[in-house]
Amino acid sequence: MSPAAYFSRQAQTLVGSLGRLAAHPVASLMTMGVIAIALTLPLCLELLLQNAKAVTANWNEAFELSVYLDRPAGTSRAEAIARELQARGDVAAVRLITAAQALAEFRDSSGFGQALDALTENPLPNTLIVTPSPAASSPEGTAALKTAIGAIPDVAAVQLDTEWVQRLDAILALLRGVVRLTGGLLAAGVILIIGNTIRLDVQNRRAEIEVMKLVGATDGFARRPFLWSGIWYGIGGGLGSLALVGITVLVLAGPADRLARLYGSVFHLSFLDARTSLLTVLGSALLGWTGSWFAATQHIRAINPT
Amino acid sequence: MIRFEGVHKRYPAGREALCGVSFEVERAELAFLTGPSGAGKSTILKLIALIERPSRGLVLVGNQNTGKLPMRAIPQFRRQIGVVFQDHKLLQDRPIADNVALPLIIAGVPRREIDKRMRAALDQVGLLGREKSRPAELSTGEQQRVGIARAIVAKPPLLIADEPTGNLDPQLALEIMRLFERLNDVGVTVLIATHDVHLIEHFKARRIALSGGRVVAMSRSTPSAAAPTDSAAAAGSTPVAQGLA
Repeated sequence: MSPAAYFSRQAQTLVGSLGRLAAHPVASLMTMGVIAIALTLPLCLELLLQNAKAVTANWNEAFELSVYLDRPAGTSRAEAIARELQARGDVAAVRLITAAQALAEFRDSSGFGQALDALTENPLPNTLIVTPSPAASSPEGTAALKTAIGAIPDVAAVQLDTEWVQRLDAILALLRGVVRLTGGLLAAGVILIIGNTIRLDVQNRRAEIEVMKLVGATDGFARRPFLWSGIWYGIGGGLGSLALVGITVLVLAGPADRLARLYGSVFHLSFLDARTSLLTVLGSALLGWTGSWFAATQHIRAINPT
Repeated sequence: MIRFEGVHKRYPAGREALCGVSFEVERAELAFLTGPSGAGKSTILKLIALIERPSRGLVLVGNQNTGKLPMRAIPQFRRQIGVVFQDHKLLQDRPIADNVALPLIIAGVPRREIDKRMRAALDQVGLLGREKSRPAELSTGEQQRVGIARAIVAKPPLLIADEPTGNLDPQLALEIMRLFERLNDVGVTVLIATHDVHLIEHFKARRIALSGGRVVAMSRSTPSAAAPTDSAAAAGSTPVAQGLA
């Protein structure tokens, strides 16, 4: 068969298989619905992840490093270091809190005023609050910045409160693992669902397959429309799951906004990105093809004309 | 074209359908398989179309030993044989055009060619103009003719038919047989299983009479006085059957 004839035949089968599904709309939609629901759980977790990533991206920009200077270094040295840091590409802003300012603030807020009066000299160091530039806001970037600042003479200590960020990262990594696991399991489920549907389709068309084989059809020829059916089931299920995720976003957008406002954030719950949406539909189509290939191959081989 | 040598066929249920059948059908020959139902006519046709394989013995079709043919070669093998079934075996949810065109679609014939040959085949069986009908809208006789059109559309060198006139009135049955005869005239080897002995009296063709899974009588290729009386063959009393086999 020439390539042109092959493709025109495939196109015919493609349209024909769509017609077959349309001939049993309720059954076809139910199959697609089951696939859609199965895919929605991992997709909702992925939605959570993508939104969490957007939120933590905002938080990362708010990271600050506290740079404590050696006490003997005076305010002029502190200002020099501040200028030096300000010139760095990975630093967005530097704020100097002199020892005197810090002591005044401490006196006001701690209630240890009289005890502090007893001290002969200010025990607090000059402090620089360094905000990394957005490009250096990643955990690695801030860690590198911390090392660099630590190497500057007269810097006593650099403190970066990354513990909670690391915890959050660990939680997100765990969630990502859960997404992969449930995704894998439910993908296997989708293959089985489609395989089972195609098995029933093959059985319903047993007489037709027998006739085809009697007039010289190969198993591959008889299988082709079932493969397309599987692909259609997959595409339908994938689109259905995106619709369900869309509904989820609509339902949760209000409460999420309220929560964000309480934290003073402008975060807004958003839908899955285009790449994930496209991959969902394509992946679902691939699952459909896989499920139908296994079921159709096995069951068509077993059908022999009598 | 077809050669059976000592063919036995036992079905899984244990029934012995054929016991040592041997016969030969020459290329471009027209032959009738006769005998009562259960004589083994259908089994012989099934062995030729590789729907069944012999338990013992040799079945040669077009010089091909069907017993040695691997599974994957069966589709290609079947495309060389047109088969007409007693129960038509049409696709009920497809129009007549699709039913007749099916062997060409399977063989990958170009679309324009398919249309032309599908119409030509329908014309030969007198059903041109019914392309869009569904099998259920046709009478049994018309459905049978659709089955014949499908069997001849790919112009196979061998045509086998199982009781092709079983459901037809005598006039129509004769017409169908004449159609087979015309196909035979242009060089197609035709083997027809039928129990209608009166119908085939009209034809100068070879007869192979079966009874109880054995060949009980066989006429020469050129029908003559040597042809057995079909009613006797059909009766197939056991001693006679064994004597002739």
